[in-house]
Amino acid sequence: MSDVEFSATRRLILQGAGAVALIGLGNLPFLTSALAAANDKYPEEAFKQKSDADVIKTLYGKTAEPSDKVKMDAPEIAENGAVVPISVSTTLTDVTSVAFLVSENPNVLIAKYNIPAGTLPNVANRIKMAKTSNVTVLVEAGGKLYSASKEVKVTVGGCGG
Amino acid sequence: MTIRRRDFLTLAGAATLSSSLPRLARGADNAGVYDLERFGNARILHITDVHAQLRPVFFREPSVNLGVGPMHGNPPHLVARAFLDRFGIRPDSADAYAFTCVEFEKAAGRFGKLGGFAHLKTLIDRLRGEVSSGRSLLLDGGDLWQGTGLANTLQGADMVDAANLLGIEAMTGHWEFTYGEKVLRANLERFKGEFLAQNVFLTEEAAFNDAKAFDPASGRVFKPSVIKEIGSYRVAVIGQAFPYVPIAHPKRFTPDWKFGIRDEELQKLVDGHRNNDKVDAVILLSHNGMDVDLKLASRVTGIDVILGGHTHDAVPQPIAVTNAGGTTLVTNAGSNGKFLAVLDLELGKGKVKDVRYRLLPVFSELLKPDPAMQALIDKIREPHAAALSEKLASADRLLYRRGNFSGSMDQLICDALLGELNAEIALSPGFRWGTTALAGQPLTMEDVMAQTAVTYPETYVQTMTGGQIKDVLEDICDNLFNTDPYYQQGGDMVRVGGLHYTCNPNETVGKRISDVKLDNGRTLEAGKRYKVAGWASVNEQTGAPIWDVVARHLRSGKPPNRAAPGVTLKGVDGNPGIAGQA
Repeated sequence: MSDVEFSATRRLILQGAGAVALIGLGNLPFLTSALAAANDKYPEEAFKQKSDADVIKTLYGKTAEPSDKVKMDAPEIAENGAVVPISVSTTLTDVTSVAFLVSENPNVLIAKYNIPAGTLPNVANRIKMAKTSNVTVLVEAGGKLYSASKEVKVTVGGCGG
Repeated sequence: MTIRRRDFLTLAGAATLSSSLPRLARGADNAGVYDLERFGNARILHITDVHAQLRPVFFREPSVNLGVGPMHGNPPHLVARAFLDRFGIRPDSADAYAFTCVEFEKAAGRFGKLGGFAHLKTLIDRLRGEVSSGRSLLLDGGDLWQGTGLANTLQGADMVDAANLLGIEAMTGHWEFTYGEKVLRANLERFKGEFLAQNVFLTEEAAFNDAKAFDPASGRVFKPSVIKEIGSYRVAVIGQAFPYVPIAHPKRFTPDWKFGIRDEELQKLVDGHRNNDKVDAVILLSHNGMDVDLKLASRVTGIDVILGGHTHDAVPQPIAVTNAGGTTLVTNAGSNGKFLAVLDLELGKGKVKDVRYRLLPVFSELLKPDPAMQALIDKIREPHAAALSEKLASADRLLYRRGNFSGSMDQLICDALLGELNAEIALSPGFRWGTTALAGQPLTMEDVMAQTAVTYPETYVQTMTGGQIKDVLEDICDNLFNTDPYYQQGGDMVRVGGLHYTCNPNETVGKRISDVKLDNGRTLEAGKRYKVAGWASVNEQTGAPIWDVVARHLRSGKPPNRAAPGVTLKGVDGNPGIAGQA
């Protein structure tokens, strides 16, 4: 079907454009990134915390507000608990960081990404989950903290129908 | 339920009055039951979850099909009398026999077997012949290729031939995937219809390695949808495969593919068809299961009708779900070839103006088998007939599977596992397919295969701690009774042998199962180790196939174990999803 081929081609072009934009970002003035790096040392204490609240407190020192502008893509039931794909995108502006939390993991904080100015705030990663848990994404934007949560089930499997 | 249908209901009623309870007359005399009032300008026929049953079957609908949380008391979670009341079906009628378990054995003798592709072919041809050429479609909702010994041996190829002759124009899949990619693709090469699945994507690794995909840009492995011209109208049919294939089945069958419900991608697809392709109607051919479809219908806009399957719910009327964009009708068309759904649409420009839906039981006694289909079935079956017909034993009582917690057929399988593999505890999967055998009928290898024909039939014996066993029970119970349907997988509870437990479906995971005891009355201890036998594990196993274990057990002629199934239910008083309640 020609319309399908058309849209496929279009997507390829769009992907190409994205790649170009990313390369462009690589050329940001070094000064900016160097400054950012100096301000963001490894958040060792935050990675040791055992609850969502403690991570948020340690990492940001403020409370998070649930927002439908934070779009988290996560499966309802994980196909493999060892590699669960979780991604986030947002329409919020002035995003400075994104963090992933898994409430039931031994260490709740999975990762924190610092987002340099001018970067599209899209982050995808694969996380390890031992059991069913709430997964939370935090987005820091304009000095405020926003969040989205979803339960991801890790099951022994077995079928039905 | 049309006026014409009542003719047949009256007939069935008359039969009740006579003491002899005559069987339905064979042949064309009573085919009036299939005279449908003409309606609309497009006719879509839908079958689902046939599970490869090419010949007519007995299949007892469940007496336990509990709904919890928001699903409590709502279709499809109604059984027996509550079901009849809700849908206005007369007790003692042929419809009551087809749709419910009420007086099943008595009614089975009166109304006979249902389904069968030769009978289905006659009915389908007739219903398609009634409308102008090019104004009908035949769709299959998946689970077509698996469920019999024949299909297992031929890896679904038999069903592709039968589907082609039946005239299936589009299908989606579930168990089809368990034959693995190579066999699936070989079968699809020969399939004359379209295989549609909007929710199957390449894994990142497979995409990186340029694995085969319908649309490499999005990673969609299969064509997501097709637009069919019906008269001057355009109808989009979107396929929704079972979302949890790699979780419910061994991942090794589909290593390169990822699934999921993916309602955001679905919404984009629907919007594209509406806005760009200017279709007049959107149909979702779904293998989600009814509860999932009901939730999906409340979230995704722009779908006119979801033709559903997977959970094997025979629901006579569509359920209307309102969402931000309007209303979506949700159906579920039963299983095992027992039913043919007829969706008559009055299409207008850019919209469906009106709808009539009927779920017709395929009474094999009322339909003359189509000779060409019968010949095809006989030809496919012939080389295997002798092996399949081997008589192993006789059914000592009504043997059935379907039900949330247990079935007499599964008790038999658990007995076989316990006895033949010398274990303390047996676990057997809660599949919803598997036909019914009447008391006294011979049990053949074909009957055993109809309960066990999977591509991972190997049995296992392993030691598990009491804690692990309890966790497995809890985990599977949550797949069934999570109050959010998106976290359900659509199967029934794992069947147990040698074990007794209490279950409260209304609780949350970890708290539903209690009071777990062994057959000897001792409490299952969390730290103690037990010898457990089972089959159909998602992990690779090496034991004899389950059908051989069951056949051995039946041949041995051991006296049947008639102990009651060891499940005590709590918190289900007044739930119309269990028979025998007020």
